[in-house]
Amino acid sequence: MTQNASIVEDLRLRFPGTSFDPQSTRDDVPTVWVPSGKVRDVLRYLKNEVLRPYKMLFDLTAVDERCRADRPAQATGDFSVVYHLLSLDRNSDIRVKTSLDGDAPSLATITNLWPCADWYEREVWDMFGIGFEGHSNLRRILMPPTWEGHPLRKDHPARATEMGPFQLPDEKQAVEEEALRFRPEEWGMKRESENSDFMFLNLGPQHPGTHGVLRVVLQLDGERIVDAVADIGYHHRGAEKMGERQTWHTYIPYTDRIDYLGGVLNNMPYVLAIEKLAGIAVPDRAQVIRVMMCELFRIASHLVWFGTFAQDIGQMSPVFFAFNDRERILEIVQAFCGARMHPSWFRIGGVAQDLPNGWDRLVRGFLDYMPSRLAEYDKMVMQNAIVKARTVGIGDYTADEAIEWGVTGPGLRACGVEWDFRKKRPYSGYERFQFDIPTAQHGDCYDRSVVRVEEMRQSLRIVEQCLKNMPSGPYKSDHPLAMPPVKDRTMHDIETLITHFLGVTWGPVIPAGEAAVIAEASKGANAYYLISDGGTNSYRTRIRAPSFPHLQMLPKISRGFMTADILAILACIDFVLADVDR
Amino acid sequence: MREIVFHLLVVVCVLGGTLSMAGALIWLERRLLALWQDRYGPNRVGPFGLFQPVADAIKIFTKEDWIPPFADRAVFVAAPAVIVVTVLMSFAVVPFAPGVWVADLNVGLLFLFGMSSLGAYSLILAGWASNNKYSLIGGLRAAAQTISYEVFMGLSLMGVVMLAGSFSLRAIVEAQQGVWFCVTQFPALVVFLIAGLAETHRLPFDMPEAESELVAGFHSEYSGMKFGMFFVGEYLAITLLSALATVLFFGGWLGPVLPPLVWFVLKTGALICGIILLRASLPRLRFDQLMSLGWKILLPVALLNIVVTGAIALLGK
Repeated sequence: MTQNASIVEDLRLRFPGTSFDPQSTRDDVPTVWVPSGKVRDVLRYLKNEVLRPYKMLFDLTAVDERCRADRPAQATGDFSVVYHLLSLDRNSDIRVKTSLDGDAPSLATITNLWPCADWYEREVWDMFGIGFEGHSNLRRILMPPTWEGHPLRKDHPARATEMGPFQLPDEKQAVEEEALRFRPEEWGMKRESENSDFMFLNLGPQHPGTHGVLRVVLQLDGERIVDAVADIGYHHRGAEKMGERQTWHTYIPYTDRIDYLGGVLNNMPYVLAIEKLAGIAVPDRAQVIRVMMCELFRIASHLVWFGTFAQDIGQMSPVFFAFNDRERILEIVQAFCGARMHPSWFRIGGVAQDLPNGWDRLVRGFLDYMPSRLAEYDKMVMQNAIVKARTVGIGDYTADEAIEWGVTGPGLRACGVEWDFRKKRPYSGYERFQFDIPTAQHGDCYDRSVVRVEEMRQSLRIVEQCLKNMPSGPYKSDHPLAMPPVKDRTMHDIETLITHFLGVTWGPVIPAGEAAVIAEASKGANAYYLISDGGTNSYRTRIRAPSFPHLQMLPKISRGFMTADILAILACIDFVLADVDR
Repeated sequence: MREIVFHLLVVVCVLGGTLSMAGALIWLERRLLALWQDRYGPNRVGPFGLFQPVADAIKIFTKEDWIPPFADRAVFVAAPAVIVVTVLMSFAVVPFAPGVWVADLNVGLLFLFGMSSLGAYSLILAGWASNNKYSLIGGLRAAAQTISYEVFMGLSLMGVVMLAGSFSLRAIVEAQQGVWFCVTQFPALVVFLIAGLAETHRLPFDMPEAESELVAGFHSEYSGMKFGMFFVGEYLAITLLSALATVLFFGGWLGPVLPPLVWFVLKTGALICGIILLRASLPRLRFDQLMSLGWKILLPVALLNIVVTGAIALLGK
């Protein structure tokens, strides 16, 4: 909290006469309210001038405050815009909020401060209808260009059944299709250079190399990429809106499907954030079980990346080997949880069930099996001369650029930045495990791959430690807000019965407050920023997915390379479209 | 009269043999790839899935004969036929065993080069006629790739021709009575195989189709039997490449104990399996890397080989 006070003091000294109103939150991230006219100056100061600056724009989002009963005193307007900055030097965050009024509020853009604010501001415009003055291309990003209304506003319907039957007459279809036509001029592109016409190649949304419904429009001169435009939103399911509709507990399965390769890795930040709001302490055994499952899923996710990465550069076989190995992990997951890809196994206050008898044998079997496979993959893929020729020096960026663009996870570590939230801000007992943070130096496709392959080895180390040191004890907290509440005493005293009954029928009532938790997912930093209004469901669920800023970097890191390289670059970003679009 | 009948028989056998070879190869490749990739492959239709090509053929023949409305109709239809015809024509000069060949041309090798050049039209025209950007890029890549690699392929074989003293494939096999050319012409063999793979656009040189980049490249718009023709053409080309390598470098039908035809089939089969193994193991090069590999490495190697072989041949006289 001292840090909290000091940065606010710094701000007050630098901007005399401006009110900096701190807000206390459950996650202890220094949160200050700033008048909307001053936001850009404050952010510029925090990024460029303050000692040990906040170089990364970690998240930018908004809240529709109009229906909030337990509104912070500073939120005087209808909407709040939230900037979440992260300082690697301080290992600390700051949240800058500003309040906006009216039905069509607007604010100065910060795209000139952070290039990665581009997509975030477009998202806020799309979802909340908050304009950003000076943004060069403020158009919808997740919703279709013809969409009416702004979905995350509280007055926008959350279900299709509230919107009347859907119809698509021919005229409307023509309009929709026309709206998707690519016009280079709108993106500041020219159709021809001095001596040649450019070809615009529409890569996706249905394309075997884009790993899902991603559309990239390439501006090509021959086979050389002059520029690229990534068009996302084809996988948007309104996950954040659904968070406002589901109870705290019943939203857990939705989180599994955000990064659909990550499984319980997605549950982690969500349940941690709720536990922070509710003040639940998770028992040791549950923590270690969580860590073990997360690391197994990290390996599973990296294996999918590994196979598809090799396939994207034309190597046919590794994908089969990788999926076979992943199958072994999923069989373990299946034995523990009953489900495979999306076990939704974490619960508020613990996990769904205790580990089954003989679980250690399964995990041991996998730990004995996997290292020799990884060694084989090294020979087959990572040391292959053609793989190196296709990835070394391709799609590279520096550490500064990575931080500037909000890159986290293996993509950041590949530029030599030793930054892993499991180490830097341990959660769920990660501080008790021994593992290294693999890094590489060049930040190109090959180095990003090297880091991921090494991460699989480190994850195996962590799983091994879980296996050897699994504590005994309960797998779920006995806190009354843990879900589902402990049942063994329900038939003995009425209080427990009532708690159980209410928890199961209505869902737990989480105390009002705000908390964000960042967890290291397989693709990067995955954060859930939850606002509780003291009800059975969240007032605002903000999912900061790692793939979103990573993919935004695509045009920057693919310019000047060849058509074939963009597939290697896409593969090495390791994104999942569900994670990008949410 | 008997000779004519015999020749007609050979023609029919070569035609039937190579076409059924293409079918068998579809099965073989899928089973071998599966073996190397820890999976089963087609094993449902008939014993060991042997009738899978039959099932594939039935499926592909009964599919709708679809021509995209934006395609250049005549060229679109003709393109797949070109590849099959040119590859089948090439088999005419391959000597399978003593006396078993369709034609023993004294310019056999040149005829082969001619046919292979014509075969390139298939890909280029298919890419052009499809009127699709992916196909067009695939077709352009195919044009550049086949035209340049033909150069290296031709040059690599000049050493063989010098040693054998003839362009006739029969004479080349007979010249290997003592020692196979894979020993004396090893650099040529390497260049020939690489160039041959590039000509048949197989992994690691499958840039014209490159499914992760170009969807399916030049045949993106093709379906049904027209796609099947490309497919058959590709497998025929693999067979041809292996048969040629056998003839030019591995002594053709020559070998002890077993009958000549068996030797020929064994050698060709082994090479085919090798090509499939390459596909199972190697990633794809990038297009510019392919080009620089050709012009900066293969071309000098082939030229050097010609100079050295020529010098030795001259001194030997």
